[in-house]
Amino acid sequence: MAHSAINVFFAGDNFARLMQGLWTSVWIAAVSLVLGLILGTVFGVLRTLPNKIVRFILRLYLEFFRVVPTIVLLYLAYYILPRQLHINWPASWMAVLAFALWVAAEFSDIVRGAIESVPLAQKESGLALGLSRVQLFRYVLLPQAFQLELPATINLATRVIKTTSLLMTISIIDVIAVGQQIIEANNQQYPNGVFWIYGLIFILYFVIDYPLSAWAKRLAAKK
Amino acid sequence: MSWQIITQSLPIFSKAFVLTLWLSLVGIVGSIIVGIISSLVQYFKVPVLGQIITAYVELARNTPLLIQLFFLYYAFPVLGLKMSAETCGIIGLIFLGGAYMAEGFTGGFTGVSANQIDNGKALGMSKLQLARYVVFPQGFALSMPALTANIIFLIKETSIFSVIAIPELTNTALDLIGMYYRSNEYLLVLVIAYAIILIPVILLLNYLERRVRYGTFGN
Repeated sequence: MAHSAINVFFAGDNFARLMQGLWTSVWIAAVSLVLGLILGTVFGVLRTLPNKIVRFILRLYLEFFRVVPTIVLLYLAYYILPRQLHINWPASWMAVLAFALWVAAEFSDIVRGAIESVPLAQKESGLALGLSRVQLFRYVLLPQAFQLELPATINLATRVIKTTSLLMTISIIDVIAVGQQIIEANNQQYPNGVFWIYGLIFILYFVIDYPLSAWAKRLAAKK
Repeated sequence: MSWQIITQSLPIFSKAFVLTLWLSLVGIVGSIIVGIISSLVQYFKVPVLGQIITAYVELARNTPLLIQLFFLYYAFPVLGLKMSAETCGIIGLIFLGGAYMAEGFTGGFTGVSANQIDNGKALGMSKLQLARYVVFPQGFALSMPALTANIIFLIKETSIFSVIAIPELTNTALDLIGMYYRSNEYLLVLVIAYAIILIPVILLLNYLERRVRYGTFGN
């Protein structure tokens, strides 16, 4: 039984399709993460500046993302953007937008915390050397903050990867959606397919996420 | 945007609201229990059981709740284990949440200063007394920030129950959108519903976190 059940992976082009679905999840995670980290750095720096209005707006932005579950963000992007704002991008780009804004919100808090925990003496030394505000961020605060924020950033990446499992809910053909198609199509021949296909996807996520979270844990323990 | 549509949907949403609260509560309490037991087993380095718990924590933390739920709901019946969607949801949430809580508590327990433990030993405390009177109370206070983050995280994760058709908030909103095509109204209600649950929880937990912080010594 076990032998014939495992065959469900290799029947037809099942395996290639699963890998294609996985690729969809991976690129959406990667692009969202890169965009979110760039935007989040800008927001994080702005939140350490004295302007109260900017800080308040960014705080509201962060709290919105803290209160709304990610799956709901996807639905907001999926239903509101095309109908209200007439933005007709493919669903995968809507997902990238929703994820990137979410990552930016979370990362802005990480960046703010890290910049604030760079010792004050570093900032004063920089100013004493005659560095401009931009130079101070560029050469003193951001490089030091980067060290502090690395474990939290890697953890954020593992969360983004896990969250790509929600893509199928806005009809993106990700690895889980492909899995569902395979399970349905092969149900006659492999009634246990559901166990093996979902089992494989479960393991796939683990294989991608575990090394990252182990790395983050090691970095955090070093400090 | 039509207010009539919104007010008409409120009775349906209020049922979903209660269900979301109930599932969150059961999930959080269950997760805390599983988390405390798991982290105590890890803290005392219980042979074999300790390794099993470590494997569980890593497996649960590094896989998405959605695929955990699919496995429980669709694959377990193949093995002869059939459960209702609600049961699957709660088991899934506790499986995931227990691992996150275990991480949080372990962080707190290992954060208790070595001096405290030495002092306890000098007083002649047994290992169990040390855990009961020194490590646990202080470690618990130290793990409050992680506990807070996990509670908020778990409440939001109940939204994923919608994929196995549990009629909580997100599932209800999607059902209504599917029937009446009023996405603006129903999504607005959905976002507000989560805000109503989470804003007081966040404020309360922040308050408790400040109160509890004074319970730690020797740092």
